[in-house]
Amino acid sequence: MTEPNSNYADSRYIQKLILRSLLFLLLGTFAFYYLMPLFVMVTTSLKSLEEIRTGSLIELPREVTFAAWKTAWSGACTGIQCEGLRPYFWNSVLLAVPAVIISTLIGALNGYVIAQWRFKGANLIFSLMLFGCFIPFQVVLLPMARVLGIINLAGSISGLVFVHVIYGIGFTTLFFRNYYVSIPVELVKAAKIDGANFFRIFISIFLPLSLPIIVVTVIWQFTQIWNDFLFGVSFSEAGTQPVTVALNNIVNSTTGVKEYNVDMAAAIIAALPTLLVYVVAGKYFIRGLTAGSVKG
Amino acid sequence: MSTILEIKNLYKDFGSLNILNNINVTIEEGDFLVLVGPSGCGKSTLLNCIAGLEPITSGAIAIDGRDMTIVSPKDRDIAMVFQSYALYPTMTVGQNITFGMKVRGVEKNEREEKLAKVAKQLQIEPLLNRRPGQLSGGQRQRVAMGRALVRDPKLFLFDEPLSNLDAKLRVEMRTEIKKLHQNLNASMVYVTHDQIEAMTLATKIVVMKGGVVQQIGTPSEIYNHPSNLFVADFMGSPAMNLIPAKVAKNGKGVKFTIARSYGEPLILYDEHITKLPENVVLGLRPEDIGDAKLRKGDKLQISTCSVDVVEPAGADTYVLINLGGKEVTARLQAETAAQTGMEMAFTFNMDKVSYFDAQTGQRLN
Repeated sequence: MTEPNSNYADSRYIQKLILRSLLFLLLGTFAFYYLMPLFVMVTTSLKSLEEIRTGSLIELPREVTFAAWKTAWSGACTGIQCEGLRPYFWNSVLLAVPAVIISTLIGALNGYVIAQWRFKGANLIFSLMLFGCFIPFQVVLLPMARVLGIINLAGSISGLVFVHVIYGIGFTTLFFRNYYVSIPVELVKAAKIDGANFFRIFISIFLPLSLPIIVVTVIWQFTQIWNDFLFGVSFSEAGTQPVTVALNNIVNSTTGVKEYNVDMAAAIIAALPTLLVYVVAGKYFIRGLTAGSVKG
Repeated sequence: MSTILEIKNLYKDFGSLNILNNINVTIEEGDFLVLVGPSGCGKSTLLNCIAGLEPITSGAIAIDGRDMTIVSPKDRDIAMVFQSYALYPTMTVGQNITFGMKVRGVEKNEREEKLAKVAKQLQIEPLLNRRPGQLSGGQRQRVAMGRALVRDPKLFLFDEPLSNLDAKLRVEMRTEIKKLHQNLNASMVYVTHDQIEAMTLATKIVVMKGGVVQQIGTPSEIYNHPSNLFVADFMGSPAMNLIPAKVAKNGKGVKFTIARSYGEPLILYDEHITKLPENVVLGLRPEDIGDAKLRKGDKLQISTCSVDVVEPAGADTYVLINLGGKEVTARLQAETAAQTGMEMAFTFNMDKVSYFDAQTGQRLN
């Protein structure tokens, strides 16, 4: 490289460095802002009640204790029972896992049909399903309660699975439809000539293509269903409540001293699965949201 | 030779919109039929109807003597190559080619055997374990052909298979498809909007427009005897010159008067035709108008015209002259002396002329 060129390159480099530092400063500020509450939650959950009362909110614990976590998991009182979050956590797992799997599968099939097997009225049906995404939870509470009563699923975990599957189909169909609509229809034609039928094409050709959108849908549905409170509190009874309802009960039904450390630990436990899903699959989430066309 | 494909009185409507109108096409074993026409003329729809991917409104389709009108695509004994290749993205090349056999429950040994044979034939052996995403356009094209070849069908269908390739590759693949056709003696139906592809590949061409067949014939018939103005204009590059002319009786034959924007009108004679309406359109291919200095012959009629534009194209030089209010192209030798603005003598080969009715556009001779 000759002299004048390297000077030019130097100034370019410095400019880039300054921009970079500004960018990182800005990102750092936001990260700090969002991480602060988590920091307070984690440190508070590791402190004893004594230390919380005497110390400052943002201080690190002088003495780390997991007692609050243990209480939150298996000892905290939700109303009259004192079993902690554990049974409700498993309720949520039993509720979320099947609901996510079923609604994702139905959404994939719906999207496949609407995007690739165009039939008369396909667009109308899709619009109606899309409309379903915008109906607020509160609106369906009463009719849903009636339906659950009629089909004998009231107050059960299966009933909640049913509610979440129904409510999720709109979203999952939307995701899969938008993903599949960018896949050339010639793929289905070629497979038809190859002799594959409706389900064979779906399983052999479309499902293997769908990993990014499956991840997006699973994250979305899991977050929705795990974090849901309204359906959980409306359609459950003692013993079938999901973890969000139990968390609410723990925090609101303490008598006497407010155990902040237990509340914080319980809140973290309740939020952990969704956090985990994002950490594990977040990379695919972004990729899936931006991935559209399938070339080849 | 037996009839491989027979389409009878085929109509296709989408709602109230008529897409295909009374199509009748027959091909024999070993024929290479090209459906050609501008976009939206229904040629791809017709191909999809033959494949069974689109239901037809009325009419009948028979393949190898069996009525296939309502038979599903997989049972029609056909294979199809698509414009976008439509390779299965998550499968390897080998899996792509053998998917059809797998679905049909063909034994693994047989699958491998056929795959090896086709891979050898198309020289794609090194690619068998790659995925379509890792292939170039030409390689994908080959794989798509492999998927069709491995079926050994009665009828091959091609839906604009070359239009996604760059110009050079397109010419190469065109030659390869032609070779393939000759080697296999297979029956093929090929859709394209490219009239050069149609001319070079076909043994039989169907020119379509607006869902109606305009002409069916060999490339030479289509080129030399276009049945109407549309076919004349569509087939050939540069297009056939279509020159409006006035007809008058002249002895045994007729005399044509072609108006010019300058000087005397151009007069041409034809002694072999007697009855023509008053207004006709003369169709002359660019190669039927030549340089009078170089071409000699009794049938040629010579006239002086003024040169508007000179376009050298390497092998030939195209010269544009204005006749009857239209730009007329003449194909001259590459090293012609023609220059813009100069007066030059041209020959008109009236042996090859086509006459069209100025009103209906139908061929008259």
